[in-house]
Amino acid sequence: MPAPAVDIQKVTHRYGSHPALRDVTLQVDAGALYGLLGPNGSGKTTLFRILSTLMPPSEGHAQVFGLDTAQESGAVRRRIGTVFQEEALDEALTVRENLRFQGALYGLHGAERRERTEVLLRRLDVADRATDPVADLSGGLRRRVDLARGLLHRPDLLLLDEPTSGLDPAARRTFWAAVQQLRAEEGTTLLLATHLMDEAERCDRVGILSDGVLVADGMPDTLKADLGDETIWLEAEAPTSLRDRIEAQFGVPTRIVGATVQVAPADPPTFLSSLYEALGDHIRSATIRTPTLEDVFMVHAGVSPTDSRERVLTRGDMSDE
Amino acid sequence: MSALRTIGALTAREMLKFVRDRSRVLGALAQPLALWVLLGLGFQNTFQPPQGSMGGSYVAFLLPGILALVLLFTAIFSTISIVEERTSGFLQAVLVAPTPRTALVFGTALGGTLLATVQALLFLGALPLVDLAPGVAGVGMIVAVCFLTGLAFTALGFAIAWRMDTTRGFHAIMNLFLLPLWFLSGAMFPIDGAAPVLRVVMWANPVSYAVSGLRHGFHGFTNTPGALAGPGVCLAVTGAFAVLMTGLAVWQVRRPFFQT
Repeated sequence: MPAPAVDIQKVTHRYGSHPALRDVTLQVDAGALYGLLGPNGSGKTTLFRILSTLMPPSEGHAQVFGLDTAQESGAVRRRIGTVFQEEALDEALTVRENLRFQGALYGLHGAERRERTEVLLRRLDVADRATDPVADLSGGLRRRVDLARGLLHRPDLLLLDEPTSGLDPAARRTFWAAVQQLRAEEGTTLLLATHLMDEAERCDRVGILSDGVLVADGMPDTLKADLGDETIWLEAEAPTSLRDRIEAQFGVPTRIVGATVQVAPADPPTFLSSLYEALGDHIRSATIRTPTLEDVFMVHAGVSPTDSRERVLTRGDMSDE
Repeated sequence: MSALRTIGALTAREMLKFVRDRSRVLGALAQPLALWVLLGLGFQNTFQPPQGSMGGSYVAFLLPGILALVLLFTAIFSTISIVEERTSGFLQAVLVAPTPRTALVFGTALGGTLLATVQALLFLGALPLVDLAPGVAGVGMIVAVCFLTGLAFTALGFAIAWRMDTTRGFHAIMNLFLLPLWFLSGAMFPIDGAAPVLRVVMWANPVSYAVSGLRHGFHGFTNTPGALAGPGVCLAVTGAFAVLMTGLAVWQVRRPFFQT
């Protein structure tokens, strides 16, 4: 059986005494698109630094195609490409000069490099800007050039750390169309860090990082199904007291998900009307729907995916009770 | 092989960046030029040439030091971008590529050194103005010293930039350490006239030997005023300084990238 593209075993990493990752174990199959979800500060970037051989983990092992990132970093580097939050492009150089530079780093040269460059520029729809300095390009174009840069040496694993942050929805769609096409043609394994749920929905498998701990790992549909089928979702001024009342009066499974209350009765529509009769004053709005990936995230990480730590803290301070 | 290619690519990048940034061309050349003209003319009549040597105009005395200053400024300008590129983007791509980190030092340093040397040599155009005729051997000496000093400064700038989180901090360190090295190199005033305490510092300062080496070159190795050692010693010390600083930069770049 071939080694998985990524194999992380019991990785713990500390900056000083602060643990950024705690006992994380996860695998990514070759050819998969794996999404790593987490709010800012959850450890995604630390994990990427370890996988891209920029630093060894404090404890545990990380392997890429069976190669240890700390011991065999040279071999790992040949197999991986990176597209990080900030483009690794020199603004003073043109698109083509940047790619020529990237080629030099991987020993790509001559006709081989030129052909590969042209193919990527065409597929990513930036060929007409090839002789422009990167400084003159829009954010969306830069991201696509950066993607071309990351793919130039045909990596087997591409690490994408929030590659669409700061892009508008249209530019994000174009970026993803390009990624999907290249993935289909070259079979590249993709490891994506994101806090955008629509990007996570595209993944074959997702892992949720919260405070450095991998709290969930599975296929998006499976994770959603684990939360139940159709359930009632209530918005309320005081979610905690509402949950307590519902549990006391009706005895059905109820839980807090972020700022909403999820109630899972046997027959949601019927239950909802009796709920309104009894506790209507405490309910601001109610919906009956199947769980989303965002719900999954909130259940496991305890916060909304777009929340940063700081906001979570303030929110805690202003809690309803 | 891949290391050589990386070095070549980094060197070419330094050149391209430089010619595309006019403010840098101006900053690295205009400042030393202004200093030369203003100080040279300002001290013209009060300056006493060392050891009763001939051709004692202050403008001529200052010229070798100005070359050293051009080398210093160019090195600072070509390494300051490392502070930003190290944490954001560009250099990360180099660090995750299968190319030795040492190549990063040599490529950047070589690019900066060539730029510094070419700019310093532009000042040779002023030779007829100050009545100096170095001859072929003299120019050879100047080129050699410029190259080695440029390498030393660029490598030192690299080593400092690699540890810095902000360009502000980088500027502070550069002003605190590099400018005094230049002031106390015998570039502005001859060592013989300095107070004994300063003289000791100047003897210990490697930049003094670069400036003295340049003086030997400018005077064609005869009757060199204000040199603190012979040409051989100057060249040897400057070369050793360059090797040491390059070693420092290589050592820095090989340390773990993120604090762990």
